[in-house]
Amino acid sequence: MNTLLTETKLAKLAEKAKEIRISIIEMLIEAGSGHTAGPLDMADIFTVLYFHTLNHKPKDPKWAERDRLVLSNGHICPVLYATLAHAGYMPLSELKTLRKFGSRLQGHPWREFLPCLETSSGPLASGLSQAVGMALSDKIDFGLKSDRRIYALLSDGELESGQTWEAAMLAGKEKLHNLIAVVDRNNIQIDGYTENVMPLESLSDKWKAWNWHVIEIDGHNLEEIVDAFESAKSIFGKPIVIIAHTIAGKGVPEFERDYRWHGYDLNLKTAKEDYAKAIKELRTLGGKIRSEHQ
Amino acid sequence: MLNSELKLNTKMFDEKVEQLPTRQGFGEGLLEAGEKNENVVGLCADLVESTKMNLFAEKFPKRFIEMGVAEQNLASVASGMAAMGKIPFISSYAMFNPGRNWEQIRTTICYNNQPVKIVGSHTGVSVGPDGGTHQAIEDIAITRVIPRMVVISPCDSLEAKKATLAASETGTPVYLRLAREKTPIMTTARTPFKIGKAQIFWESKAPKAGIIATGTLLHKAMQAAKELEEEGIETEVMNLSTIKPLDEEGILNFAKRVKKLVTVEEHQVSGGMGSAVAEYLAQVYPVPIEFIGVQDEFGQSGTPDELIEHYGMGKGAIIKAVRKVAKR
Repeated sequence: MNTLLTETKLAKLAEKAKEIRISIIEMLIEAGSGHTAGPLDMADIFTVLYFHTLNHKPKDPKWAERDRLVLSNGHICPVLYATLAHAGYMPLSELKTLRKFGSRLQGHPWREFLPCLETSSGPLASGLSQAVGMALSDKIDFGLKSDRRIYALLSDGELESGQTWEAAMLAGKEKLHNLIAVVDRNNIQIDGYTENVMPLESLSDKWKAWNWHVIEIDGHNLEEIVDAFESAKSIFGKPIVIIAHTIAGKGVPEFERDYRWHGYDLNLKTAKEDYAKAIKELRTLGGKIRSEHQ
Repeated sequence: MLNSELKLNTKMFDEKVEQLPTRQGFGEGLLEAGEKNENVVGLCADLVESTKMNLFAEKFPKRFIEMGVAEQNLASVASGMAAMGKIPFISSYAMFNPGRNWEQIRTTICYNNQPVKIVGSHTGVSVGPDGGTHQAIEDIAITRVIPRMVVISPCDSLEAKKATLAASETGTPVYLRLAREKTPIMTTARTPFKIGKAQIFWESKAPKAGIIATGTLLHKAMQAAKELEEEGIETEVMNLSTIKPLDEEGILNFAKRVKKLVTVEEHQVSGGMGSAVAEYLAQVYPVPIEFIGVQDEFGQSGTPDELIEHYGMGKGAIIKAVRKVAKR
């Protein structure tokens, strides 16, 4: 692919993704509970969005012309909070308050506590609908000239809910070119592997059937992620879905591909030891957050 | 006698009283709200004419979204539009909106404090022949329990129009409860309306009991009060169109004056308007209360009148309840 990135910028993004992963692990250990796999596997995509793709101003979160980002699967909020902090929306020290009483960093995101969020989330499958509403709103106001992008980040497990497809149908009908959905295709959910719990394949065909433009990428290849968001902006007359193939728990070899890490009881002694090991592993990655698919 | 201050329709007891469905008033109100404010948008789940959103949709086609049969999406899309500054009105039958999409209303609308207006038509057993599946009699309970939700149940088409216009300006989530059938017009264009303000429609000098009614059954309550007066039993009737926030001051003053109450609603007694009144008065001024409403049953097919009588919500049942409570 023809990436728009210089080597230096690419290295900076990789470094940032590593820092975000470390923050995720640190905040989860501090909180003592929470989800691990999803936040880690979405770190590369969040990094590209907040440090390259999004049109936003961290010092002016309510800037009217900003792009909108809706996190639908709110349980992966450690990656959202960590990325927001690294991007300058809040002090890094605040990450330690995750899941604690009085914290702005609620166990699942609540916009009222943290106004720089575009929405609250947790109950699965309503995020795409909200993003569709935002995209529709801009289309009413600006028609085809609407060049703001609305990003909806979805898990694969939540695609089992009918509401996702209600939203997908409407977006296809309304030809929402300003809507870009990202599916975290990590193949896991709470009860196991998605294809055992409820098969989702052929996933790209499902989206195409509702008149979406589908882009499939390696969700850990920063160049591919950058290029996918860039090419999504050139699609006309269709909403775009980027199916990002990711490795659950990416960046921590012990976690990768094991669905048990979706949510782990961090009060267990063994878990704490695993986490300590995990941090060690993370720090040795040396910023080489490259896909193993290559 | 009628409260003259409220400029009520003096012909409300005539046999030929003008009748219109409350959903009609909503349709007209939405059209006017749309004319006043370009941020008002309409979304409907395949019931545009039934919920009278067609008036708005025809005038403002670009601000109207046909959602298809997808009520969960209806609620959450509206939340997204509200986040961008729109004032969305979402309509369907109440059984599906706020019935089917309750969690989406709770989380994406109320938890986010987005000013989406949820319009549930076809409430009560008076939906008639369609039968129990389409008769929403639990909607007050499931909406008033959600923090921040404003719940309005207009008594006639004119009040529904005023409530719609007022709802467009609250900046909060609102549930607007509507009915299918034509019902008597009790108010006039000059009757004041304010969200959260109960009104005494029928006054008397020495009331033996008071009736608090919400929605179109208020007319049955008014008929009951008039008939009781002719028998020498004085009562007062309150129109409690805003169920949440509850007009606590108005209800407390009313309870102190009438001492005994009958509540009237086309809804399950459990969790409805009467429950809201009882929850409040039990804490500050307990009085005997009789509850007119559906008693833990589902609706069924029939004419509206047959069903109102069958479920014990007609004029006769209200009179009986007044007599009973007066003796308590």
